[in-house]
Amino acid sequence: MPHEKTSTDAAIPVKRKSKGSLYNLGVLVSLILLVLIMTILSPRFLTVGNLTNVASQAAISAIVSVGMFLAILTAGIDLSVGSVLALSIMVMGIVSVNLHLNPYLSILICLATGTLLGLINGLLLTKLHLPHPFISTLGMQKMARGIALVVTAAAPISMFPAPIQFLGNNYIGRLPVSFVLVAVLYICTYLFLTRTATGRYVYAVGGNKEASRLSGIKVNAILNMVYMMSGFTAALAGIVMVGRVNAAYPLAGLDYETDAIAAVIIGGASFFGGVGSIGNTVVGVLIIAVLRNGLNLLNVDSNYQTFAIGAVIIIAVAVDVLRQRVMMGGKK
Amino acid sequence: MEYLLETREITKRFGGLTAVDKVSIGVRPGEVLALLGDNGAGKSTLIKMISGVYRPDEGEILIGGKKADIGSPMDALAAGIETIYQDLALAENLDVGANIFLGRERMKRKLGILRVLDDAVMASEAQTVLDRLDIHIPSLKSTIKTLSGGQRQAVAISRSIYWDAKVLIMDEPTAALGIAEQRKVLSLVKTLKEQGIGVIIISHQMYDVFEVADRLAVMRRGVKVGERIVKETTPDEVVGLMVGAETVGKKR
Repeated sequence: MPHEKTSTDAAIPVKRKSKGSLYNLGVLVSLILLVLIMTILSPRFLTVGNLTNVASQAAISAIVSVGMFLAILTAGIDLSVGSVLALSIMVMGIVSVNLHLNPYLSILICLATGTLLGLINGLLLTKLHLPHPFISTLGMQKMARGIALVVTAAAPISMFPAPIQFLGNNYIGRLPVSFVLVAVLYICTYLFLTRTATGRYVYAVGGNKEASRLSGIKVNAILNMVYMMSGFTAALAGIVMVGRVNAAYPLAGLDYETDAIAAVIIGGASFFGGVGSIGNTVVGVLIIAVLRNGLNLLNVDSNYQTFAIGAVIIIAVAVDVLRQRVMMGGKK
Repeated sequence: MEYLLETREITKRFGGLTAVDKVSIGVRPGEVLALLGDNGAGKSTLIKMISGVYRPDEGEILIGGKKADIGSPMDALAAGIETIYQDLALAENLDVGANIFLGRERMKRKLGILRVLDDAVMASEAQTVLDRLDIHIPSLKSTIKTLSGGQRQAVAISRSIYWDAKVLIMDEPTAALGIAEQRKVLSLVKTLKEQGIGVIIISHQMYDVFEVADRLAVMRRGVKVGERIVKETTPDEVVGLMVGAETVGKKR
């Protein structure tokens, strides 16, 4: 029997690839449109003061969104980011302000706390085999928030030493340190995901856990790592926040997971896992930040803002589902 | 000729159920062994013991005549036993090159210390192995998601071959494929055979078995009920063995 050429279904991939980048372009255009609309609606929008405000709020959200992006990339989710942020900075407040520990050591303890809480999230998933990270991180959300409120009897901690305020409050030239931090974090995450084997495994686990396991990838280790990273970035965002407001309070980061989920999904990551790029997450973060800021400037009642963010999440996920169906070419 | 891979009376129990009961099979270089049996006959469990997913409760596995201790999928891969599962075990969101190297990526050094993925080398190596098997994929940059069932199967096979499979286990390789693609996969199996690889093929399709296999083993309820040289048997006899209509024949 002669060897037959094994299948050539012409240039379908090219067409599909352009659909993906078309979506990314669409997201960028939406951001530009949103900025234009806000500029027209509010004279105060396009001012240096306001844009700085948008950007520094976005910085915190951008950092949290890195962890959320990684979790969603593995077809998971991390609902605990806001509470992990709060508990991490409360711990930092206790050790640095109340116990007068070295501020740099306090920062490390803060990051370690977030990472540890993330590890617990991971272990609940990989060792206790909870059915979905939705459950483990929802539980963690409540537990971490509860402890954050208990440790100081719900009182805020302020008067942080200068080194701790550095990330959220200082400038390098005219550039806020937090921007530099965000840029470095995103570049590192990008290089990690696209240039290292471990980064590729994060995508592989998100695409097909079973295939990854059979290929010898330590799937559980990857998942644990991803949730640790999410805890780490939540704590890091917390440090920036403490710098901005010079206080740690137990209700810090409330509902942050909602904005982060919205940003990541708008940025083109898929809830089905394995699809998305970290660069587009920034665009998602900015869309949410501009939306919130614009609604504030227009004096829209905060309850309507809450409604709007909820609607944005549902629309973004609906678009994701639609996009997946288009990508599958009607299959499934 | 000596067996490349052999199981001797291996047994696997799940609780009270004996999924595989003292089964002995073997495959020689350049030989295709078909493994047949109805659903629940224990074929998959047998395969999973060989590929390191399950550990046998009793019996032993020999590779090249030597007793092998296969405790994990990595052990099996290191021993040259590659398995292509029915769902192909490809990451559909990654491209062809990334899948062929998944879990065993090629790295290069950057700035002396950093080890980064060497996508260029992986892509060219992927192309080489695809060419060796005469497989044509429109673009190595396309994700698996965009490929047809036959192309996916071809990528999975190339992957095994790239990693110097001595024994290739294929679980229902032609299930869910169109007629034309089934024939292409079977022709690939013949290519592998010519290259001296031992192939174990699980199939329900009698046509596949009689087209490519040299020998066949039939399982029923965890037990091997018969083994035949393909040229010396008929589909009717094989079906009889599978459903238990004939007297159990022992022929080795």
